[in-house]
Amino acid sequence: MQAARRGDGHVSAAAEPRQAEVIERVHETRDLFTLRLRLTEPAARAAYRFAPGQFNMLYLPGIGGVPISIASDPDDPTTLDHTIRAVGRVTRVLAGLGHGDRLGLRGPYGRGWPLAAAEGHDLVVLTGGLGCAPVVAAIDYAVARRERFGRLAILQGVKHAADLLWRPRYDAWAALPDTEVRLAADEPDRHWPDHVGLVTDLLGEVRFDPGATFALLCGPEPMMLAGARRLIALGVPDTHIWLSLERGFQCGVGHCGHCQLGPWFVCRDGPVFRFADIRWLLGTPGF
Amino acid sequence: MTEAHCLPRARLQALFDRLGERGFRCIGPQVRDGAIVYDDLSDASALPVGIGTHQAPGRYRLEHYAHARCFAWSNGPQALKPLLFAPEEPLWQVTRGADGRVTFASIERPAQRRAVIGVRACDLAALTLHDAHFLGAAADPGYAARRAELFIVAVDCSHPADTCFCASTGDGPAVTGGADLTLTELDAGFLVRGLTDAGRSLMDALPLLPASSDDLRLAKAEIEHAATSQRRQLPGRNLRDVLFANLDHPRWDDVAERCLACGNCVAVCPTCFCYTEREDAALDGSHSTHLRLWDTCYSAEHSYLHGRLLRANTRTRYRQWLTHKLGGWHDQYGRSGCVGCGRCIAWCPTGIDITAEAAALCKPPAAETDT
Amino acid sequence: MTTPPKPPFADPAPHQRRPRLAVHKFSSCDGCQLALLNAGEGLLAVAAHFDIVHFAEAGVVDEAAEADIALVEGSISTPDERERIRAVREHSRWVIPIGACATAGGPQAHRNLAHAESWLASAYPQPEHVTALPTATAISAHVPVELELPGCPVSTAQVLTALTSLLAGASPRPEQDKVCLECKRRGQVCVLVAKGAPCLGPVTVTGCGALCPGLGRDCYGCYGPAENPEVATLARRFRDLGLDADAVARRFAYQNIGAAPFTQAVRDWRRPAVGHGDGDD
Repeated sequence: MQAARRGDGHVSAAAEPRQAEVIERVHETRDLFTLRLRLTEPAARAAYRFAPGQFNMLYLPGIGGVPISIASDPDDPTTLDHTIRAVGRVTRVLAGLGHGDRLGLRGPYGRGWPLAAAEGHDLVVLTGGLGCAPVVAAIDYAVARRERFGRLAILQGVKHAADLLWRPRYDAWAALPDTEVRLAADEPDRHWPDHVGLVTDLLGEVRFDPGATFALLCGPEPMMLAGARRLIALGVPDTHIWLSLERGFQCGVGHCGHCQLGPWFVCRDGPVFRFADIRWLLGTPGF
Repeated sequence: MTEAHCLPRARLQALFDRLGERGFRCIGPQVRDGAIVYDDLSDASALPVGIGTHQAPGRYRLEHYAHARCFAWSNGPQALKPLLFAPEEPLWQVTRGADGRVTFASIERPAQRRAVIGVRACDLAALTLHDAHFLGAAADPGYAARRAELFIVAVDCSHPADTCFCASTGDGPAVTGGADLTLTELDAGFLVRGLTDAGRSLMDALPLLPASSDDLRLAKAEIEHAATSQRRQLPGRNLRDVLFANLDHPRWDDVAERCLACGNCVAVCPTCFCYTEREDAALDGSHSTHLRLWDTCYSAEHSYLHGRLLRANTRTRYRQWLTHKLGGWHDQYGRSGCVGCGRCIAWCPTGIDITAEAAALCKPPAAETDT
Repeated sequence: MTTPPKPPFADPAPHQRRPRLAVHKFSSCDGCQLALLNAGEGLLAVAAHFDIVHFAEAGVVDEAAEADIALVEGSISTPDERERIRAVREHSRWVIPIGACATAGGPQAHRNLAHAESWLASAYPQPEHVTALPTATAISAHVPVELELPGCPVSTAQVLTALTSLLAGASPRPEQDKVCLECKRRGQVCVLVAKGAPCLGPVTVTGCGALCPGLGRDCYGCYGPAENPEVATLARRFRDLGLDADAVARRFAYQNIGAAPFTQAVRDWRRPAVGHGDGDD
């Protein structure tokens, strides 16, 4: 099962991107959108594989590149979803792309979620904001192999209720057996159906066996640190808590040095890390 | 390693000539703008004959002597690094057609046989580290192409500067490997040893004489003196744990008062490898070249993440450099990233001394403030 | 570092007309306009992709024209200029000050640290005929600006790079590297370390291509302070190189004396002048 690998990152550093085309641009929220991309060369498309948690470098000729995690089903790597916040100089141009537009794509890069190791365990997926994007492929993977995993708890937090994306997906996952979906908003609107406050508050309200759980965390680092500490307090070993980090990825293969976190090249050694390995340094200002 | 033979000083040109006949473009040390730099050099008389260097924290000066030696100096600001890890290099070219299609073209890298003469042991140690970095699982094509065609003539370092500490890092002053051919300079000439097949083959073509036991004894003594005369040293070969355990040490604030965050230490360091990527685009966007340029962990862009800087101030930028150089490298490449060349000491505009900073950071804060 | 402003051509709807470019002049020597005129093929490319609606040095004069991009040369030094820059702002979608005068006040800003009135009185027999503000200040001190391109003169390569990015719908990427990094990329020998020259490269933003150190000269900061400029540390180093306090102050008192970090260094190191107040040199 190729998709269970964490990714080997053996993509050449200076290899030029391949052409991709926009199949669809999906408006998600006020500042989030999804680009559904397809590599235009059939051979490249057929050869492309990715592991949940890996990312691509999207590249606009003459403008530059930006790392974006792959948010679509790893069992269909011919179509690659990239959910993006239009906030920087590259992403704001990406936001203007539509059907048929062409751009460059390099990847996939990095090491993804430890899904093979997580089989036979309960899964807790704890995400904040756009942190849900790097785990959605992992959820898709687990849902497609539902029998291999125990209980599944999906917890997503947003700042404003209006920031929640993929409501239909959460509804669909909530309908699966042994699956709980809980949503939290710091600033709810009148229709907010679930928790008001921090998403980490919800860890005590969902069912999982702490001694037989893998936790996948993605979102702002303070939120992940709080979540990891809460999970440990609940009895989840720190070796079973995995975090997806972001740094200034440029090359994607641990050469350009921009993504270093202490001894790690986050693009190559991560972006998914085991909390036990990085907890001594994560959260230290300046790293 | 072959047995040493002697190349008389008057026949040194033969080394350049034989390399040239083999298709190598020779690159060697020479005086330019008040420093010893490496550039094209096919005439042995253009070597820095009678030149020495005086180096101190934040200071570098050439000195002139009456002797005929041409390698009696310690390293200038650069040696191998810019020849292999180019300061600026295109990574790909892209065109956008009128129909919006984008077409990528890789960069052609014609074979270029280059021979570098005069490389020191510290820079060979750095080369080994850059090889590990750039030729690992995701090999860098530009570096790999240049590296494959490189012939190295090393020279044992007989005149380390006051800023040198290669003996303490274990990387010099004697050449023990990593070159094709190695020279030891004596007054009368050069002891020559081949370290690779290519080096031994070249050696066979040189007008060599047998080395006398006096030559060998003198060479050994000079190297030993070059090691024992070094006054600086790092407080240990592996400072990873002590540095990461002292991220709040007051010495970081102290050094931030002296550091310009200019990145000169990075630029002259033979192992620093960070780069940034840029676009060089036509005004109408029809074509663009994607470039990479040397970067430093002192730049704003280096720690840019989502509209903020992870390292906004000099304290955290210097700390990033030092904890990586003497700490993170152990995890990444199995040893410290410092080879003891001392360039970061001499070429720091304010003379910050890595050995002094490391020593202070390895002491408990209370003891440090007493000194 | 904040999110850059939205570029004027980012909207997905294609704009039918060519973008309009204006080049405005305030208190300056016209050197930045001349630098643009000297851009050669680059200028031809600009003319091919923009409607140049106002550019006095190039003979196109319509100061009130609406523009997508206004390149602004010069500092605000007179009451009239204070009004004119507001009008430029109203007529322009992006305002880009170019050059040291427009980004820091230029050499005119020396008067900001002096008694402007006594200067006027010493230079002109009837100073009452001169209408000048007591200070010369950057464009950004008067109106919001989208991007600043420093330098004396501005780098035409930087102007073209910014226009290229804007035409592509992307915010230009401001140059942030220090001169030292550019100097080392070019393989130049450090003039501070090898000659003891009081080089401003460690605190100056590049864009010049490290031109002066490449000619063996110490950088005098004509592109102005870089981000995180450790000016106080460098000033102390200049003192240790043998400069007296006034000489240290003068190193920071060129075209970018009006840039806050350099102004501070001048204030910290300049000895109070004897005679008329806090006068220059």
